[in-house]
Amino acid sequence: MNIAKPNSYRSGPDERGHFGIFGGRFVAETLMPLILDLEKAYTAAKADPAFQAEMNGYLKNYVGRPSPLYFAERLTEHLGGAKIYLKREELNHTGSHKVNNVLGQIMLARRMGKKRIIAETGAGQHGVATATLCARFGLECVVYMGAVDVERQQPNVIRMEMLGAKVVPVQSGTRTLKDAMNEALRDWVTNVHNTFYCIGTVAGPHPYPTLVRDFQSIIGNETKAQMQEVEGRLPDSLVACIGGGSNAMGLFHPFLDDSTVEIFGVEAAGHGLTQLHAASIAGGRPGVLHGNRTYLLMDADGQIQDAHSISAGLDYPGIGPEHSWLHEIGRVNYLSATDDEALAAFQLLSKLEGIIPALEPAHAIAKVMELAPKRAKDHLMVVNLSGRGDKDVPQVGDILRGKSK
Amino acid sequence: MTTRIDTRFAELKKAGRSAFVTFLMAGDPDPATSLEIIKALPKSGADVIEIGMPFTDPMADGPSIQAAGLRALKAGMTLKKTLELVRGFRKDDNATPIVLMGYYNPIYIYGVDKFLVDAKGAGVDGLIIVDLPPEEDDELCLPAMKAGLNFIRLATPTTDDKRLPAVLANTSGFVYYVSITGITGAAAADSSAVSEAVARIKRHTKLPVCVGFGIRTPETARAIASHANGAVVGTALVDALKNSLDAEGRATAKTVNAVAELTASLAQGVKGAQQAAE
Repeated sequence: MNIAKPNSYRSGPDERGHFGIFGGRFVAETLMPLILDLEKAYTAAKADPAFQAEMNGYLKNYVGRPSPLYFAERLTEHLGGAKIYLKREELNHTGSHKVNNVLGQIMLARRMGKKRIIAETGAGQHGVATATLCARFGLECVVYMGAVDVERQQPNVIRMEMLGAKVVPVQSGTRTLKDAMNEALRDWVTNVHNTFYCIGTVAGPHPYPTLVRDFQSIIGNETKAQMQEVEGRLPDSLVACIGGGSNAMGLFHPFLDDSTVEIFGVEAAGHGLTQLHAASIAGGRPGVLHGNRTYLLMDADGQIQDAHSISAGLDYPGIGPEHSWLHEIGRVNYLSATDDEALAAFQLLSKLEGIIPALEPAHAIAKVMELAPKRAKDHLMVVNLSGRGDKDVPQVGDILRGKSK
Repeated sequence: MTTRIDTRFAELKKAGRSAFVTFLMAGDPDPATSLEIIKALPKSGADVIEIGMPFTDPMADGPSIQAAGLRALKAGMTLKKTLELVRGFRKDDNATPIVLMGYYNPIYIYGVDKFLVDAKGAGVDGLIIVDLPPEEDDELCLPAMKAGLNFIRLATPTTDDKRLPAVLANTSGFVYYVSITGITGAAAADSSAVSEAVARIKRHTKLPVCVGFGIRTPETARAIASHANGAVVGTALVDALKNSLDAEGRATAKTVNAVAELTASLAQGVKGAQQAAE
């Protein structure tokens, strides 16, 4: 396909929420007025210095930002190529990048006078961040989570409940993240008058992909400033894992117009791309689900297929629409890592750097293990360490013990 | 262009009564039984037939219709077979309007232009696509109108007077008023709220207004039909179908009758209603 290159990769979406052919507002009429309200509220908040100032206060003193940009010396030595920096999003309060977006949306919800917050969650990181900020601001919180994920991410379920949230295990469909999102949408349609839907990734109907991206862009903006301070220049490459793609978009977006920066997104290849996986770009095609047009895993009849990943946070048959666009225009390279590659990376980073990553960014580390050795020693590579692995310790422990038997 | 939908509502208006609109899922519990059920509906009193196009992720539907879609998919239903079902129905009935209802993705993947040609050819009269609001009219609504199919829009309690003109602008056939904020199969709205809402919509359009979501009994159907041009029943019929299946979810000798009997009793309710004031 021959697609004209835009003057800027950062100007999207258009006023109807489109990134090229992707994005849009494919929702039931009941929700449409609310989505238009949200767009208006967000536009007003963005222009209000008081909103930004209040957010900055919480980002600094509650979330603990800026997160460090850490030179992973032993990983760099081990791989023998590019100089690898980790953007330490796992050190944020609640243990992942998710809190950046949730803080922004909860502050919007407060501006809009909404007292009840709902969210979907896969690995539970977005659910925990939402439960945390609802506790902080005294809001009712209901989190929808696939029954399969409730099982494999027990530590996060317990955390959400301790924070006062109600966790609803979703039994419909494949009982993972996509079904949690369906159920959250059903709740929203029903309780539209008092409820704010806090979406956890750069997907869903416009304006969600944009506002989540904007709230997460603090990752890339900080990285740019920190790299300037340490190395005096831009990084040469960026690597991040992608389920819906919010941590990746947050890191990538501020660099999209810096043409010297190579950008890599890493999808979950599960058991391998010819078997069950969750790599929508590698194995899917454009379709419409959950309010937007984007790459999806589906069959010939347009029925959505089950995704599979060892990582609950990447176990989703779609991807944010802006990623689909960045793929089609060729600005970002989308790769994929299998369950086994992610497990190996999980162990390597734990042993070499004393940092146990979540299984999600372990997929990004897995590709760093391939990319870094092929790069020169002065190549600066940044990988987004989007979450910490505490939640995965029981699951990975079981797998490793099972394997060592 | 006059469709079967326009003709049917004109006839009903002359007869001074409201329409009884039924919803069932295509291919539930299997393609052959589904055709028998759809064929039985007009004899049992259905004036307009909505047929669900099964989808894996029906985000506006409650558990009953979700399960119906999954039963149909498991039985091998596809969009192509849904169109074959309509074609099968049209062999014996060229008057009862058929409206396909569902979600956009299967149509998008089938190909919009090809779908419209095939749907029109099969005898489909209208489309209700839950996840295509007026903001996305370019996708299917405008091409469908051009192809001679009615695009029937949902109006909801959150559709205020400011928004109604946009919602009604490219709507044809009838307007489907969703009586509650919620998913299919949820509790019914009270009839005075429905009456007010229908009156509000009628200030903006001359199209017939049918009301759905939450109508389960002949009594509710009668109450709603007295305030609107039609009452839509889906979940109750889908539940009657499901309750007639065997333990493995297969059709039994009772299945077609179970749906036909409930259709007949609901139709009696609707026919007992006074026609809504114009």
